[in-house]
Amino acid sequence: MDTMTKNARIREKQKVQLKGAEAVIQSLLAEDVDTIFGYPGGAIMPVYDSLFDYTDRIHHILVRHEQGAIHAAQGYARATGKVGICLATSGPGATNLITGLADAMIDSTPLVCITGQVASHLLGSDAFQETDVVGVSMPVTKWNIQVTRAKDIPAAMAKAFYIARSGRPGPVLIDITKDAQFGDLEFHYESCEKLRSYNPCPAPAPHAIRRAAELINQARKPFLLVGQGVILSGAEKELTTLVEKAGIPFGWTLMGLSAMPTDHPLNMGMLGMHGNYAPNIKTNECDVLIAVGMRFDDRVTGDVNRYANQARVIHIEIDQAEINKNIHADVPVIGDAREVLEELIPLVEENDHTAWIDEFHALRKVEEEKVCQAELFPDKEGLTMPEIIRRISESSQGEAVLVTDVGQHQMAASRYFGFSATRSNVTSGGLGTMGFALPAALGAKLGVPQREVVAVIGDGGFQMNLQELATIRQTNAAVKIVILNNNFLGMVRQWQQLFFDRRYSFTEMQNPDFVKLGEAFGIPSRRVTGRDHADEAIAEMLSADGPYLLEVMVEKEDNVFPMVPSGAAVSEIRLS
Amino acid sequence: MKTHKYTISVFTENFIGLLSRITLIFTRRHVNIESITVSESEVKGVHRYTLVVKTSEDVVRRIVQQIEKQVEALKAFYYREEEIIHQEIALYKISTKFLDGQHNLEQLIRDNHARMLSVENEYLVIEKTGHKQETQQLLEQLQPFGVLEFVRSGRVSISKRMKDLSQYLDELETEIQARVEAGKNH
Repeated sequence: MDTMTKNARIREKQKVQLKGAEAVIQSLLAEDVDTIFGYPGGAIMPVYDSLFDYTDRIHHILVRHEQGAIHAAQGYARATGKVGICLATSGPGATNLITGLADAMIDSTPLVCITGQVASHLLGSDAFQETDVVGVSMPVTKWNIQVTRAKDIPAAMAKAFYIARSGRPGPVLIDITKDAQFGDLEFHYESCEKLRSYNPCPAPAPHAIRRAAELINQARKPFLLVGQGVILSGAEKELTTLVEKAGIPFGWTLMGLSAMPTDHPLNMGMLGMHGNYAPNIKTNECDVLIAVGMRFDDRVTGDVNRYANQARVIHIEIDQAEINKNIHADVPVIGDAREVLEELIPLVEENDHTAWIDEFHALRKVEEEKVCQAELFPDKEGLTMPEIIRRISESSQGEAVLVTDVGQHQMAASRYFGFSATRSNVTSGGLGTMGFALPAALGAKLGVPQREVVAVIGDGGFQMNLQELATIRQTNAAVKIVILNNNFLGMVRQWQQLFFDRRYSFTEMQNPDFVKLGEAFGIPSRRVTGRDHADEAIAEMLSADGPYLLEVMVEKEDNVFPMVPSGAAVSEIRLS
Repeated sequence: MKTHKYTISVFTENFIGLLSRITLIFTRRHVNIESITVSESEVKGVHRYTLVVKTSEDVVRRIVQQIEKQVEALKAFYYREEEIIHQEIALYKISTKFLDGQHNLEQLIRDNHARMLSVENEYLVIEKTGHKQETQQLLEQLQPFGVLEFVRSGRVSISKRMKDLSQYLDELETEIQARVEAGKNH
């Protein structure tokens, strides 16, 4: 028997008769999926029925709302680097995923979402729970597809996984009609390794790398910006080598947090609207700006017309569409961050820029004196968000995964939490989705159960997805939940104070008793109102074996500073 | 913001929903599509979109980058008017009651290099291909005859550049294959 026939026979043997629904599960197994987040319903019932035979190999988390499922899948993906999986039914099940899709799209999080759909003969008939989810999700997915025949399921799944995780990752959605789930097929799974029309990871151009190295070697005041691309490409080590070899100070974006240890001597802090003082000021003084795996979001740049005009800009980025989108790049280097840095390192000369770095340190001192001192060691009675964050960070030795929601607490946490390992920051960056943190923390904890996961959430955002407390209880995921409660939508209130003449239009909240609420869900809960019990309560929370909810009453009308007001240049950052 | 007329050519796989994905890119940026046509190209299985927009170069460049980012889009280009050969087709339905010897329709058709497609008892159909101003001019000249119906197609265009689609496709295929072999196509 020649090899070809033999291989053909083996392939033939691998083909098994399956229903479409089981092919979905087999495809997940072929992609090494072991955890999925979902919620059953009419149009996805065949898949759920099939899943029931695989509970030993796939851990399905029954959430309490599909939005909870997708944020949990995001948290899982961000903490592990793997693709997050969601399962939902048609109509409302599918539309409840939309916010999470938009969030994952803008924050480049790899997700595969599988939705059930009405039977194909009912498509377009306004059938019960029919929504054109492929149409609705188009602007918020990297790719999506509707499958109406069982035999198309394996190839669609393979393509979906490939697209979700390759290049700049993103969410994909597969909508499978009920008849396709019931239909028969000869199952054979072949993972996807390329598509003719899709070049996810272009080879970096050698001349661009040479030019970048020249600029870096000539630079007297270089400054490097670390984006999430560093984490997504696994370039943490290469980045460390580069900045240490060339002595380049760096700042990180909100999404780049934890790519390097917080206490790295070259780390100058967070960029952007509520970032640190020095990196914002120095952005407009450096001579060469090296952006790695970031997209110059408006929250990072402030006024683009007054952003780093004095500098030559090197933009290392895998997504070609980001080049010259917001900020002109003098040297665009298109490619995977790790690959580019690997090639760049040997061309970069050893250097140090001590005097330049001292300028950052001088500004850091200004920020410490004018902002941090009062925030960390307040002389007033009320607790501040930063002092609580700092206590949690120190008590967990910076080893925890920090999951944040959106608003003042998010900025305080991002500025004051100390990270020691990569993939330790899970937050909703680009979309700013309130309600993200609680389910995302659940997903993160299930993804990295050996790590401490602390969710820091405001009182507003907590109430947007608090139903997931039930999921946390049911899974017994040891998520540590910290509600920083100021009984206000703090960030909006801050803007109202600063830019809308203190007209606090609908930002004050009458909140439920969060401790009783936590207890109602069976989660040990505690409230802290004063400084004297804070440390002890945090220790109790961190030593709890299961989930724990800690409500901390913080000062009602504190503001987050520094701040780059919208429309201002980054160098116009305000300290008060 | 200086605006110009730009013609965008997009080469794609034949994939349901891609048309929506492409038009969404314009809608999201509040750019109106003046015309759009889709057809097969000279390469089997590859579809070709021709879109006309009036906007600034900055905006059209970003739009084209976003189009090319779509998974099923193979290649996208944008051109100024002088960089392409383009054409539109127009059909005019005219009532036969003006064929009374008083109106010189023959001369009009000759002068405009138009042609008669169909003649029926009550109407006739004239066809004219050309640039928009040419088909527009004929429309105005036919008004005295009573134009019962008028329709103009979207623009189709060919670039003056000599590099053809198959060369771009070959380059893309070679690059992707090289990345696959290097284990880096992910």
